[in-house]
Amino acid sequence: MADEGDQATTTTTSVEEPLDLVRLSLDEKVCVKMRNERELRGRLHAFDQHLNMILGDVEETITTIEIDEETFEQIYRPTKRQIPMLFVRGDGVILISPLAKQS
Amino acid sequence: MLFYSFFKSLVGKEVVIELKNDLSIAGTLQSVDQYLNVKLTEVQVLDPEKYPHIQSVTSAFVRGSVIRYIQLPPDDVDTQLLQEATRKEITQPRKE
Repeated sequence: MADEGDQATTTTTSVEEPLDLVRLSLDEKVCVKMRNERELRGRLHAFDQHLNMILGDVEETITTIEIDEETFEQIYRPTKRQIPMLFVRGDGVILISPLAKQS
Repeated sequence: MLFYSFFKSLVGKEVVIELKNDLSIAGTLQSVDQYLNVKLTEVQVLDPEKYPHIQSVTSAFVRGSVIRYIQLPPDDVDTQLLQEATRKEITQPRKE
């Protein structure tokens, strides 16, 4: 008799929910856009449903926009920082995107 | 509960917490709870400019919701274990 076998919790998914798409990026380099014009690029090691994350080999880019008083032109000033291992709290995350790997 | 368990395994390690108001606090992780509130001991000033006048604070309790980042010692993090735990966590039915 064929057993359906899908009653126990398995790790295969037929329906792709948004978090399943993030799961595909585990151990891959991702780009995380955060609040306050911050961007992180690093390797995704862990995350949960709140989008709390652990990223490795992270480069953080903070972009500040200064406005020249006279010309009123906007000057983009990005500052970068390297952090070897980082926990990121999910409430600051806007989006997560995979970075294309060239193999 | 993934990150709660993860931080429990990091008790005793040195971390740097960056808060949402841009303050950075370094210290030794003493305890953590389910909300990821954090207690630190041996608190040190890292960046004097971004730091208030906390001179002789030995212990600090930080509410989880005000944390932006926690910088971790890379050698104390088992990335393989984290990835496996994440795969298992995500396929569990979430709280409804």
